[in-house]
Amino acid sequence: MVVARLEMRGISKEYFGNKVLKSVNLSVAPGEIHALVGENGAGKSTLMNILFGMPVIRNTGGFEGKVFIDGKAVDITSPEEAMAHGIGMVHQEFMLLPGFTVTENIKLNREITRPNFASRFFGEKLETLDFYRMREDAKKALRRMELDLDEMLPVAGLPVGFMQFVEIARELDKETLNLLILDEPTAVLTESEAETLLQVMKRLSSQGISILFITHRLNEVLQVADNITVLRDGEVVAELESRKATVDQLAELMVGRKIEVTSRSERHSTENVKPVLSIRDLHVDMPGESVHGVSLDVMKGEILGIGGLAGHGKIGIANGIMGLFPSRGSVYMDGKEVRLNSPISALNSGMAFVSEDRRGTGLLLEESIELNIAVQAMQSQDKFLKKIILLRIADMKAIREHAQKMIKELDIRCTGPDQLTRRLSGGNQQKVCIAKALTLEPSILFVSEPTRGIDVGAKKIVLDLLVRLNQELGVTIVMTSSELAELRSICDRIAIIYKGRLEGILPIDASDRDFGLLMAGELSYHRKEAS
Amino acid sequence: MTEQQKNTLPVTETRLERKKEPFDPGYFLRKNVVPIFFLVLCIIGGYYSGLSLPFLANEIITRMARNSFLVISLIIPILAGMGLNFGIVLGAMAGQFAYVVTVNWEMAGLSGFLMTCILSVPLAIVFGWLTGRLFNRAKGKEMISGIILGFFANGLYQLVCLFFMGRIIPIRVPSMLLSTGVGLRNTLDIKAMHYALDNIWKVRIKIPGFVFPIMIPMATIAVIVVLCLFIRFIVKTKLGQEFRAVGQDRHIAEVAGIKVDRVRIIAIIFSTVLAGLGQVIFLQNLGNINTYGSHVQVGTFAVAAILIGGASVKKATISQALLGTLLFHTLFIVSPLAGKNLVGDAMIGEYFRVFVTYGVIGIALALHAWQSLQQRKTVTVEAASEPVSGGGK
Amino acid sequence: MNRENSHKPEWSERIKEWARDFGVARSIILLFLVILLVAALIMGLPMSQLFSSILSRFGMNAILVLAMIPTIQSGTGPNFGLPLGIACGLVAAVLSIELDMRGFQALFFAVGLGALLGAVTGYLYGLLLNKVKGQEMTVGTYFGFSIVSLMCIFWFMAPFKSPEMIWPYGGSGLRVTIALQDRFDKVLNNFMEFEVFGASIPTGLLLFVAVFCLIVWIFMRSKTGVALSTVGANPRFAESCGLSVNKYRVIGSVFSQALAAVGIVIYAQTFGFIQLYMAPLYMAFFAVASVLIGGASLNRATVWHAIIGCFLFQSILVVSMPVANVLVEENLSEVARIIISNGIILYALTRREAGGDVR
Repeated sequence: MVVARLEMRGISKEYFGNKVLKSVNLSVAPGEIHALVGENGAGKSTLMNILFGMPVIRNTGGFEGKVFIDGKAVDITSPEEAMAHGIGMVHQEFMLLPGFTVTENIKLNREITRPNFASRFFGEKLETLDFYRMREDAKKALRRMELDLDEMLPVAGLPVGFMQFVEIARELDKETLNLLILDEPTAVLTESEAETLLQVMKRLSSQGISILFITHRLNEVLQVADNITVLRDGEVVAELESRKATVDQLAELMVGRKIEVTSRSERHSTENVKPVLSIRDLHVDMPGESVHGVSLDVMKGEILGIGGLAGHGKIGIANGIMGLFPSRGSVYMDGKEVRLNSPISALNSGMAFVSEDRRGTGLLLEESIELNIAVQAMQSQDKFLKKIILLRIADMKAIREHAQKMIKELDIRCTGPDQLTRRLSGGNQQKVCIAKALTLEPSILFVSEPTRGIDVGAKKIVLDLLVRLNQELGVTIVMTSSELAELRSICDRIAIIYKGRLEGILPIDASDRDFGLLMAGELSYHRKEAS
Repeated sequence: MTEQQKNTLPVTETRLERKKEPFDPGYFLRKNVVPIFFLVLCIIGGYYSGLSLPFLANEIITRMARNSFLVISLIIPILAGMGLNFGIVLGAMAGQFAYVVTVNWEMAGLSGFLMTCILSVPLAIVFGWLTGRLFNRAKGKEMISGIILGFFANGLYQLVCLFFMGRIIPIRVPSMLLSTGVGLRNTLDIKAMHYALDNIWKVRIKIPGFVFPIMIPMATIAVIVVLCLFIRFIVKTKLGQEFRAVGQDRHIAEVAGIKVDRVRIIAIIFSTVLAGLGQVIFLQNLGNINTYGSHVQVGTFAVAAILIGGASVKKATISQALLGTLLFHTLFIVSPLAGKNLVGDAMIGEYFRVFVTYGVIGIALALHAWQSLQQRKTVTVEAASEPVSGGGK
Repeated sequence: MNRENSHKPEWSERIKEWARDFGVARSIILLFLVILLVAALIMGLPMSQLFSSILSRFGMNAILVLAMIPTIQSGTGPNFGLPLGIACGLVAAVLSIELDMRGFQALFFAVGLGALLGAVTGYLYGLLLNKVKGQEMTVGTYFGFSIVSLMCIFWFMAPFKSPEMIWPYGGSGLRVTIALQDRFDKVLNNFMEFEVFGASIPTGLLLFVAVFCLIVWIFMRSKTGVALSTVGANPRFAESCGLSVNKYRVIGSVFSQALAAVGIVIYAQTFGFIQLYMAPLYMAFFAVASVLIGGASLNRATVWHAIIGCFLFQSILVVSMPVANVLVEENLSEVARIIISNGIILYALTRREAGGDVR
């Protein structure tokens, strides 16, 4: 039997009392392409961070378990050590300098130099770059991928796909490389580029390099991987040979049922109800979350969930409707068209938004709770103002009274309405954001990632609060979340977004398999195959 | 996927090569609009100044030799992404302190000059190190910090020169001090080292019909040439590569294992040391030091010069530095006379010169800020449109 | 939830927080002032005279310092482009003399016209600031310098005729300093002036300053003012409230430059002279330093910061002069002014702003 190139045994990891990895085992043979699939938050990134010795792991208390490279137990404490063990990683964001040539990027901080007169006195930093040999190395690395790319081109003008290859070439150029980690390498590529990349991966594996590759695209997995590990909630739920796996099976494994629906007693039926909000062919230019033509109806009084994987545009929908990112298309509120690209007309038509970017967009961190709650209503609806002669002055008393009411009703834990929001915990900050939106007395409330960065206990409180608002005040809620389980626990229907488009709407009791297939875009893949 | 497809696919559609751009005069003009504008201004000013060409040439050569070094000292921080280093004022102070020491030791001639150079270096290294550390604490605000640091350091400089010299710091030569015995005089006489460098080798070119020959201080020019070669050499070393990498993206450089903060400090030290030497060369040509004034405008003038040469906050070359020095100082020479001949008063030209100095910096900084704002916008738009191409339908 | 209880233990934390916000630099300045005052007492300097001089200089500079608040609050940082508004105020003041006005008429004409011109240039300057987001301080500094030198050409060429302002023996242009003794020199200072323990109180000046403090204070609490602060605190948040970030940044600039114009007229009124040409070059820095000394940061400032800062800074300058005179030479106080003002700005620049929105 061949000794595994990489073996991870019993890996467990806790972040602040939150178990994100539970005794995970993973084994990659030499020259094997191994796929790691799972939903957002399944623990893939944490596992890779452990393997690559990222400082964040050590700073949060290290991990349990053992890592073996070529059969030897190793203790990787920094990315440099990981590299010394022959592990190379291509991150999701490109780490390339646009103004440097391909060669310079491949050789970044590993330049070949030769001594000269000055370096003899002032150290090797002053050694001259040996461009000739650097180019040779770059060529060699590119040739291993059988790519014909001019190594003296500046990276700035290259197509995205080639940037990816330059990244891989940089790893290949490291002499010791024998395990390459690719983190969602095809996420930003066009189809033909992705195709080329998959071929390059096969070629490299035939040269004996093991590849560990993280992805959401299930058809790609089946195309290139030898073996597949499926992670869910920090646990390995399956290890399979890709020959024997199917897309359906993977989708089901990935999603799984996590929490039973509990927190809602009655649900609305969406039949015979008028849509309160109609979205038609909405396009949103939100970096990393762009939307390309979504049409969707929101029914009066329901809680609509919007789900999908990160980067596919689910977050862009609410941001686009609220005018925070450039968008086009049409949105009708009770039959009246709402002007896009104008936050004020969105607010005036009765919509309110709790942003996923709580600290960036949602709050004035250096201001008091009361001001945070009041400002939006003051500016868009002229609330909390009193007239003195010609000027409209902020009515501090009314603001204070309202804030106190909100603090009581939403149970915001604070020292008083004048506390700075920066000093609140994540859950309480989120409640301030919700209070801010409620002050507008909206008929539709958009809530994006309401539980992101909040501890477990507070999560439930926030979700219960949303349900209460829906049932007691009759607010229609559109909740966007990466956590399917969360959506399933409170929503009436769930819309799944894939690549900026609506992939489908499912009732909450639809099967895991259906959710998994929608999220992985397999339906549109099959649709395309069929056509 | 067949075997044949596998081999051909990448090769056929992926051959990307460097293209040679044909010469486009419109593009050339647009790219060099700043130096061309000032060239025109210089020619008009030169015409109305009524100065004879040989006289003008003489003046320009003197000023080029005097100032180029200081302007070139700005290049490395620009390379390292720290913008225009207004902190070179501190380097100039180091040079002047060195002169105070050598004058106090009553040194003279070339040996005095060399000693001054040597003494200015350790001082400039310390100043540069402090400046670099300050800039690392104010990342993204290096330029405004540099400007304010210049003023702040000037306050400390005055404190030392006015109240410490002669009291805490003993001064042997009484003529350096004010009549009270404390504090340096307004002008420090360095006649003993006047032209110490320039005089090593001077070439005189006689122009028929003119009394004064054109004097070319070959030694000084040689020093400047050596400096230019040195800058070129640095860029081609490992260190230079680190400067450029840090200049393009601090985060990526950091991830690649480059010690960003350290590289930035080294860049500022280089700049400060060169500015110190530059000031020493500058003053040996003048022959005296305006104790409380010589260094104050060094940063502003050098920055204005390099910008007039067509450099920007992000990109600067040696030729831009030299061209800028040439144009800026030509304007300096001709504008008072042109003002006098055009409007009847030399003060107009004087004010105009000051306005150009500040205005050029203001406009260049505004343009830079505007461009980087635009750039950020286009980047986000591109990022947003990326998945479109990948969209499967 | 019992809020009454949770209030109490906070006090110690608040004091700690206050101490942390106060910072090292400010402590040094306060200590310096205390030492100076003790020294002045020991040397037997006339305290009443010092005190009235502090009050007068405080009033003289206060409105220029107030001009920092709208720009800081609207997110464009301290207004280093202050010379723009100052130039407007100077033009208005010079015009009042050219039109042969005197007393309060001249003063109010200069204040009114200055504010108007300041608002107009502030609008244009605001448009520029919107084009250079993130670099407002650097660009502002050099635009301020450019305007000062451009105005030099203006002072030199402008066809003013009033004999008080042009050179007596020919020569073109306005004088470098123009005396105001027959115009509006100290009209505010002398208005309802009275003495307490030998210290004269410039009632009119202080009242005038108080009115402007009130105007700024009320403005910052109006709907527009709150919007402006929101824009400065977090542009993304402001956008989500339906506010136009650029519009409120321009409003901040308009208000600031108008205040600067008024400020320089009041400055000249107390000083007794109008200073032209290069005199306004560094004025912005002293105003910036004052508001920072008062406890403001590069993105948060209140009227109280301006008042306290202006008072502290001017106190140091006033007290240090006679103290330095007795101890060493008089120039020391000028040097101290340069070191303190630029030191505090550097300190603010290098301080890590907690939770600041960096865009």
